[in-house]
Amino acid sequence: MNIIIKWYYRLGAPLWFYPLAGKLIPWVTALFLLFLIPGLYMGLVTAPADYQQGESFRIMYVHVPAAWMSMLVYFAMAIAAVVALVWRVRMAEIMIISSVPIGASFALIALLTGAFWGKPMWGAWWVWDARLTSELILLFIYLGILALYNAFEDKKTAGKAMSILTLVGVVNLPIIHYSVVWWNTLHQAATVTAFDKPSIHIDMLIPLLLMATAFKFLFLLVLLLKMRANLIEQDIHSGWVKKIIQDKQKLEENNHV
Amino acid sequence: MLFSAHKLSCIRSHKTLFQDVSFELSPGQLLLVEGKNGAGKTSLLKLLSGLRRPDSGEVKWNQVNILQAESDFRTYLAWLGHQNPLKEDQSALENLTMLGHIRPRNQVSMIEALKTLQLGHVKHKFVKTFSAGMKRRLSLASLLIAETPLWILDEPQAALDKTGITLFETLAEQHLKQGGMIVMTSHHSVNIAPKYIQTLTLGHD
Amino acid sequence: MNTFLTLIKRDLVLAYRGRGEAFNSLIFFGLVILLFPIGISASEKLLSEIAPGLIWIAALLATMLSLDNLFKEDFQDGTLEQWAVSQHSLISFAWARLFSHWVITSVPLIIIAPLFALSLSLPTDAIGVLIVSLLLGTPLLTFIGGIGVALTTGLKKSSMLLPLLVLPFYIPVLIFGASAVDVAADGWSASGQLYILAGLFVLGITLAPFAVATSLKVSVSQ
Repeated sequence: MNIIIKWYYRLGAPLWFYPLAGKLIPWVTALFLLFLIPGLYMGLVTAPADYQQGESFRIMYVHVPAAWMSMLVYFAMAIAAVVALVWRVRMAEIMIISSVPIGASFALIALLTGAFWGKPMWGAWWVWDARLTSELILLFIYLGILALYNAFEDKKTAGKAMSILTLVGVVNLPIIHYSVVWWNTLHQAATVTAFDKPSIHIDMLIPLLLMATAFKFLFLLVLLLKMRANLIEQDIHSGWVKKIIQDKQKLEENNHV
Repeated sequence: MLFSAHKLSCIRSHKTLFQDVSFELSPGQLLLVEGKNGAGKTSLLKLLSGLRRPDSGEVKWNQVNILQAESDFRTYLAWLGHQNPLKEDQSALENLTMLGHIRPRNQVSMIEALKTLQLGHVKHKFVKTFSAGMKRRLSLASLLIAETPLWILDEPQAALDKTGITLFETLAEQHLKQGGMIVMTSHHSVNIAPKYIQTLTLGHD
Repeated sequence: MNTFLTLIKRDLVLAYRGRGEAFNSLIFFGLVILLFPIGISASEKLLSEIAPGLIWIAALLATMLSLDNLFKEDFQDGTLEQWAVSQHSLISFAWARLFSHWVITSVPLIIIAPLFALSLSLPTDAIGVLIVSLLLGTPLLTFIGGIGVALTTGLKKSSMLLPLLVLPFYIPVLIFGASAVDVAADGWSASGQLYILAGLFVLGITLAPFAVATSLKVSVSQ
């Protein structure tokens, strides 16, 4: 229990978090590549071509993990929002604002790869499919959260407002998703969603899971980088940032000597 | 009843406005917060009324942190900020009625309160016809009908003429004599017996 | 309770004495509906097909835009501060303001909507459903929109931020509201959609005021 409390306070304090994150970054990068490379190789090269869709289905190895991540990131933000509002932990707010562009990017990648997948399959760059439409709405929600945060000058207030909006969003997301799915059934007719999970063969499943894991590490990597950057930016006038700059300068001077 | 602050600090836009601010206020006392413009007087008052959380330190009412006491503290508080919480399209009496509902009510009649602030003759006139001084006096009238021992007032004398200022000082002294407490900021001096007054100065530099 | 009712009464009195601002959203509603036949040059048949969605979108936009200044005046004249500092819960304040706003802005809209529906050749069978769907939907739009307004109240320039925040959350209401009228126009029963709307209504009316009150506290603390 003591260890947990110790780490809770460490992660909650910028002074601890910044160097800790810095040390973790090379490791996370390594893990990311460790899963990405075999995943890509198996997905793009060795996995068998789909008997229905041919080679173009391979875009699934980017599309599906990206879509999963866009939702996972949001739920992570929602948890951080609870921590930020209930326990008033500032680092949780930094985590949220750092995650928003990442989640939005995943949503955008899912949408673009969805379009690239759809074109050879159905001849259309866009279909109002339930999943794609939900993904688009999620992208707008991300952009709204970002816009709200940026509209406030005082970052303390911005963080609180952003946390509230994130939580409102997380309650609404299931409602939005199911209403879009329902709406989609009205127009379904003959359109079969290309994005339905087929009973998936193990040779296709493994690269998919590898890519999904790789993307999780990618999120963690970019998150750590962004949190460090946001911390420095927000605390630019504070003592701990000045000390880091001084230490870096001393290091450079020693290297030149 | 005791209103106290312990080592309050406030940071806005990366600047520390003030830190280590403490005081104790008992019934019959007035805390006058002084300081230059921008020294953080309004921010301090917002911390004291619970509108804003302090960056460190506590505000206590009867030894209980006001942020935990919530309603138990707020029933005793009347706050007046820079603005006049009045609706222009309503009359003085209508506005006073609404303000009388927001705070706990005492026995003083609204007409009486208006007359004390020399607004008896305009009780049915719309606030949009009022001068700045009249609006401020109407806001002050709302204090008279409230059963709230603690008054936290930000520049209560703003826009008041000499008569208005004297009126305010009379009301304040009466409130203190009845065992009330006042925390206020002011650019003017307050002409009340010094025995009532504690001074707190922000921003020594 | 007394305070709650006094606040509603105050809002209604102010709206009555105001310079007709409450009617602006009604006029906007009409204008949006007017734009479509002009912009699309549609046949009566096409108009009657898009009428459910069109009326709903127009109602949605009118409601959302009318909300924009809901708490701004209270914020700027210090009334909001008084409520935040008082013994009363901001939740009941939020409830009263949102309810008054709905009565002032949406009820006239619901009354006028059938007229526009007729101008778009919406079958008369569907008009009853239109009214019910708006009765259930507009309070939802008001209460959910209230969250967005409360979050942006303290901002100096809100410039289109409110629609950005609030429109995604309006989508379920739009889907079921428009669909209810749509199926009723085809002669089917809209009870499924209306029940779902009613469920969302209950959920929204009970939960939204908490989010509104929390957001108002944040705005007031600036």
